[in-house]
Amino acid sequence: MRLSTRKLLDRSFSGLGVFAILLMVGALLVLLAPIAARGSRAFVFRATVEHRQFMLEESGRGDHDAIDAEIRAAAEVRRKAYDMIARFEEELEAAGRSERRELRRSLREVKDHLAGLLGPAPGNARPVLLRDQYGQTRWDRALVGLGDFLYVTEYDYSDPSGMGRPLLVPRVDGFRGTSLEPLFAYVEQNLERMLRPRLTFYWRFLFDEGRDAHFFGGIWPAVLGTLYLTIGTMLIAAPVGIASAVYLAEFAGEGWLISLIRTCIGTLAGVPSIVFGLFGLAFFINTLGVSDSKSVLAGCLTLAVLVLPTVIRASEEAILAVPKTYKEASLSLGAGQGSTVLRVILPAALPGILTSVIISMGRAAGETAPIIFTAAVSLGRPLSLRQTLSQPTPALPWNIYNLCTEHEAVDQIRHVQYGMVLTLVLLVLLLNLAAILLRARLARRLAG
Amino acid sequence: MNGVTVELASSLAERQGPAPEPKDRLEEPVITAEEFSVFYGDNEAVKRVSLDVPPRRVTAIIGPSGCGKSTFLRAVNRMNDLIPGCRTEGLLALEGQDLNAPGVDVVTLRRVVGMVFQKPNPFPKSVFDNVAFGPRIHGVRGKPELTETVEVSLRRAGLWEEVADRLSHNAMALSGGQQQRLCIARALAVDPEILLMDEPASALDPRSTARIEDLIGELRADYTIVIVTHNMQQAARVSDLTAFLYEGRLVEFGPTDQLFTKPRQKQTEDYITGRFG
Repeated sequence: MRLSTRKLLDRSFSGLGVFAILLMVGALLVLLAPIAARGSRAFVFRATVEHRQFMLEESGRGDHDAIDAEIRAAAEVRRKAYDMIARFEEELEAAGRSERRELRRSLREVKDHLAGLLGPAPGNARPVLLRDQYGQTRWDRALVGLGDFLYVTEYDYSDPSGMGRPLLVPRVDGFRGTSLEPLFAYVEQNLERMLRPRLTFYWRFLFDEGRDAHFFGGIWPAVLGTLYLTIGTMLIAAPVGIASAVYLAEFAGEGWLISLIRTCIGTLAGVPSIVFGLFGLAFFINTLGVSDSKSVLAGCLTLAVLVLPTVIRASEEAILAVPKTYKEASLSLGAGQGSTVLRVILPAALPGILTSVIISMGRAAGETAPIIFTAAVSLGRPLSLRQTLSQPTPALPWNIYNLCTEHEAVDQIRHVQYGMVLTLVLLVLLLNLAAILLRARLARRLAG
Repeated sequence: MNGVTVELASSLAERQGPAPEPKDRLEEPVITAEEFSVFYGDNEAVKRVSLDVPPRRVTAIIGPSGCGKSTFLRAVNRMNDLIPGCRTEGLLALEGQDLNAPGVDVVTLRRVVGMVFQKPNPFPKSVFDNVAFGPRIHGVRGKPELTETVEVSLRRAGLWEEVADRLSHNAMALSGGQQQRLCIARALAVDPEILLMDEPASALDPRSTARIEDLIGELRADYTIVIVTHNMQQAARVSDLTAFLYEGRLVEFGPTDQLFTKPRQKQTEDYITGRFG
């Protein structure tokens, strides 16, 4: 082969590698950027006066006097809208019967939408649901609500072969010539003064309990539940896994039973996670009865079984990678096999073992299927350590799944969903980062 | 006599210190092999070797690669136990005790028989922890006691001056020759009677090799040393007795100067003059 051809080949080969890596980085960015952008909106957003009022009334946070003044100022602007409605209701009494029924229905819609934006009208009874007791807490949602307030969505069925095309009809058209007509323009122009949005950094999103099916508050129970599940899982899986790996690498030798066990471990690593979930339900809860029903403990046990094959495999590799000379040196100094493993082999294999443990932690943190039947519930309070033995918990992966499949009004709380996704991604990222740093540190210490 | 033998003879003359004349048959041998064989599976690596290693002498085992010299050495502290399918026949005794008898405690045996390996193999720990490893394993806990043992061992291994201010540094940061002397210090720290050395200088540069050889000369007064080496000049320089193994058999065993200058066997002469091997 000529030199120039070989050079060209070499260059195109390395170019291919660089291209593949760039492609992966690009894909990662495309994946992570929207998660970061949307997830951050759970923490940083324009909060309305309703948000501040909620915080003050439900958790006693904020400057009482300042918020009171704000509420009064907002009420001043809002009163004009309520006055218009009251005047229109009087007018309605004078109208004809059929016309009255039609208008009354439209008016109810107007009032409902306005309540959705500004909270219950003054003088009305306090609604039962927490979400009806307050108006929009977020300015971005308020703008969506304003659209619903200003426009009725109708459907154009003129093309029978296709689906109906949505048409936006201004709601004000139904009230032309009445005293309610100016209300729409007034709300549109003064919504900002009624809600007083202000850029807010709601870091407590992480540490607040969710209220009223995640309409308000944060995700602390789910974060705490994920931490419990992850740490608990590793507390079970790491000792068992490392002990198994030590046995397989150092003591087991060869034999049909050992190779059968190895095959089983390999197979176990490929079993779908939902199977582990059902196994956990059938074995830990129904057969062993570790708890009456779902509990963090049962979830940890199930997740531990799920990650064990990974921990065993990787730890065994790490142990086998320890130079034989260390073992020889230790034995030649009169150390028994036990102290050789404890004092020489395990310390030298520690970086690899820790990496496997922390990567498994990431896996345990993100798994959904195994905890569906064994540990997770969609709503709950933060648990104490003792309660984890018997109580189920919310957990980030399950809550994300639950929000997007089963929540009654997920459209209104997408920010919570994305906030959870971002938190989970960051959590796993942090764990992996910790693994890399720890590994580098230990490797440096071992290398001298 | 050809050139190589002349060179060997002159290096014998340069050897440091007076060569103690082996007072054969007067001292009880420390290691006794009688018709001793080692098998790897069906392959007989050491074939019916009989020899006596006297106390406080340096005994070198030389021979071409694969002649079974390392296998024989590793049989003395039973490191061959690590190799699956390895078994022995005949007698290998330490002070009259059969090493391969069922009741022998390998851990105790290895306390008495220290070993230094071909490649320096310090643990990835600090210099101090490396030397203190053995004493700690054997139950020494007191800090002052450990510190003393470490210093004494390092001094004996001639490494103290170089590492005294670096005891807490990682041993992997030392040079190859220093690492090997650290390994010797580590072996000395358990206070053995016998020191096995498996080509201790073959991975080192000439200067470090010289230091190790000097060290062996110093240690001869207190320890029984058995050294396996590829390097015939080295055997001539450091040892009192030399055994020549070829294809698992002991060809010749005797005082080093005699073996190198007036070999009794034709094979020995061929080997030390470089006709094969």
